[in-house]
Amino acid sequence: MSRYTGPSISVDPIACTAHGLCAELLPEIIELDEWGYPILADGPVPPALRAQAKAAARACPTLALKLSRG
Amino acid sequence: MTLVTGAMLASDALTSGPISTITPLHQSPIPHAEVVRLLAAWTDDGRADDLTEHEERYGRLPSLLPGRGVRRHLLIDSVRRAGLRGRGGAGFPTAEKLTAVAAAKGRAVVVANGCEGDPTSSKDHTLMQLAPHLVLDGIAVACYAVDAADAVLCLHQGSPALEPMRAALAQRRDPVPVMIAEVPPRYVASESSALVNFLTTGAALPTTGPRAAERGVKGRPTLVDNVETLAHLALIARYGDEWFREAGTQQSPGSTLLTIGGAVTWPGVYEVEYGIPISDALELAGGESESLQAVAVGGLGGTWLPVSVADELPLTHEDFAALGLPLGIPSIVALPAQACGVAETARVLRYLAHESAGQCGPCMFGLPAVAEDFALLAAGRRDRELLDRLERRLGVVPGRGACSHPDAAIGFAARALSAFADDVRAHAAGRPCRWAAQQPWMPLPEEAA
Ligand SMILES: Cc1cc2nc3c(=O)[nH]c(=O)nc-3n(C[C@H](O)[C@H](O)[C@H](O)COP(=O)(O)O)c2cc1C
Ligand code: SF4
Ligand code: SF4
Repeated sequence: MSRYTGPSISVDPIACTAHGLCAELLPEIIELDEWGYPILADGPVPPALRAQAKAAARACPTLALKLSRG
Repeated sequence: MTLVTGAMLASDALTSGPISTITPLHQSPIPHAEVVRLLAAWTDDGRADDLTEHEERYGRLPSLLPGRGVRRHLLIDSVRRAGLRGRGGAGFPTAEKLTAVAAAKGRAVVVANGCEGDPTSSKDHTLMQLAPHLVLDGIAVACYAVDAADAVLCLHQGSPALEPMRAALAQRRDPVPVMIAEVPPRYVASESSALVNFLTTGAALPTTGPRAAERGVKGRPTLVDNVETLAHLALIARYGDEWFREAGTQQSPGSTLLTIGGAVTWPGVYEVEYGIPISDALELAGGESESLQAVAVGGLGGTWLPVSVADELPLTHEDFAALGLPLGIPSIVALPAQACGVAETARVLRYLAHESAGQCGPCMFGLPAVAEDFALLAAGRRDRELLDRLERRLGVVPGRGACSHPDAAIGFAARALSAFADDVRAHAAGRPCRWAAQQPWMPLPEEAA
C-alpha cells in the first residue's frame, strides 16, 4: 500500500525511444536501465513532486510518459 | 457423454511445429485418468466427423436464434457456473470475458485464436483436425452470447488446420458466417492485442491501449478466445454446467487437451481431466523412455519442475498457483537425466528473444541480453559477474513491455535457475555438464534451434 493517492506516471513502452529526458527531470521516481529505458517507481507521485512530474511528461519527445489520474 | 476410453494421438512433438499427420498408437492403460469429450470422434472411429456424424454424436446445438433458444444472459450464467477457464495460457474465466464483451457498446466481434504459436503444443491443431465442428459450434455459441456480427478464426499462414477448417465451414450455415484470417507465423502475432491489430490494420504486432473487450477489432468490442476454450463452450451449451463439472476440480473444472513430448514412449496429444498428477499424465504417454530429471510444464511461458516436485503435483491452476507458478498452456516436455536443463533453457530464451516484436526497449534489448547470459552459463564460461548480472536483468525486465511476452520469457528463465540450481552453480563455476552440447529436447522451430 502506498502512502499517497492521486496521479501516477506511466510509460507507453512502444512509444518510448529511450531519450532519457524523463530520468533527468524526475530522478526521484525514474531511473534508466542499462539500455536507457525508464524504470518507474511504483505507486502514485508524492504530492511534492507532482509539478515536476507534469513537466517531465510534457518534455517527453514522444509523449510516451503520461501522468494519469489515480 | 461420458468418459470411457482413452484418446492417444501421436504428434510429432519432438520435431516441433504443428502436426500434420496423426496416427493412433495405443489405448491408454489408465482408464481412471481419461476423459473423452473433445476427441470422441477420434477415439470411436479414428477419424474426424462430418457435420451429420458430428450432430449424431453430440446432438444438435440448442437454437441460437434470438427469442427462440436459451436467453443470452442465462447462457453466460451457465458458463460462469461451469467455471470454464481459457485454454490459451492464462486460464482467465471465460464468463467474465463474455460478460464484458456483451456489455460493451457496439456490434461485437468474436476472434477464435487457433494459431497455437507455442512450439511445445499441438493440441489446438489436433482439435481442429479431429473435431472442427466442435470449434465452429463454439464460435457460434460465443457469437450468440455476445451478440456478435462478425466472427474470425485466426490461423497461422500454412497451418495444417486451414484445410480441415475450410472443409468443415463449407458444410455449415451459421447465423454469423466465420471468416478465416491467415496470420504471419510469428510467436507474438497470436497474442490477443496483436490479433486485434492485425485484423484492424494488417500489422500483427501487440499494442498498448484499451482492452479488446471494450475496443478491439476496428474499435468494436472483441472476444478473443482460444479454439479449445470455444469447443468446451459448445459442450456447455449442450449439456450444461453440472455436466461440465463432472470432470476436473473445483477451480479447474473440465477436461483439457494436453500435449506430452520429450522423453516419453508415445509423444502426443491426450485429453485429460484437470487434477491428473503429472506422473499419471506421463504414464498415459507410455511413461518415460529414459530416466528423467525434470519436466517443462506450460510451454515456453511455463516452468521447469524437477521430477521429485512434479511427480505427485496435480495439473491444476490452483495447485500451481500455490507454488507461485503459472500453469500456462497444457503441455509437458519430459527432460531426461542425460540432458542439460541450462542449455535447454538457453535455447528457449534465444528463440523467445528472436521472437520479440522489437517494439519495446526492455523486451528487444532485455531478452537478448538474458539469452546471452544463459548461453554463457550453458557453455560454462567462468565469469564472476554472470549470475549477479543475470539476476539483476531478470529483476528489471518484467512488466515493462506492451504485452506479456517478456514477462513470460523472464519467468521461464528465473524458474529454470531454481529448478536446475545445482547445475547452475556448477556451470557458473566453470563446470558445464557434458550434455550441454547435445541434441535439444525442447521442440523449437528450426531457425532458432
Ligand atoms: C506472446 C504470446 C503468444 C500467444 N499465443 C497464443 C496462441 O497461439 N494461441 C492462444 O490461444 N493464445 C495465445 N496467447 C494468449 C492470448 O493472448 C489470449 O490470452 C488467448 O487467446 C485468450 O483465450 P482464452 O481466454 O480462451 O485462453 C498468447 C499470448 C502471448 C503473450
Ligand atoms: S523521455 Fe519519454 S521517450 Fe525518453 S526515456 Fe523518458 S519516456 Fe522514454
Ligand atoms: S513486449 Fe516485446 S513482444 Fe510485446 S509488444 Fe513489446 S517488443 Fe513486442
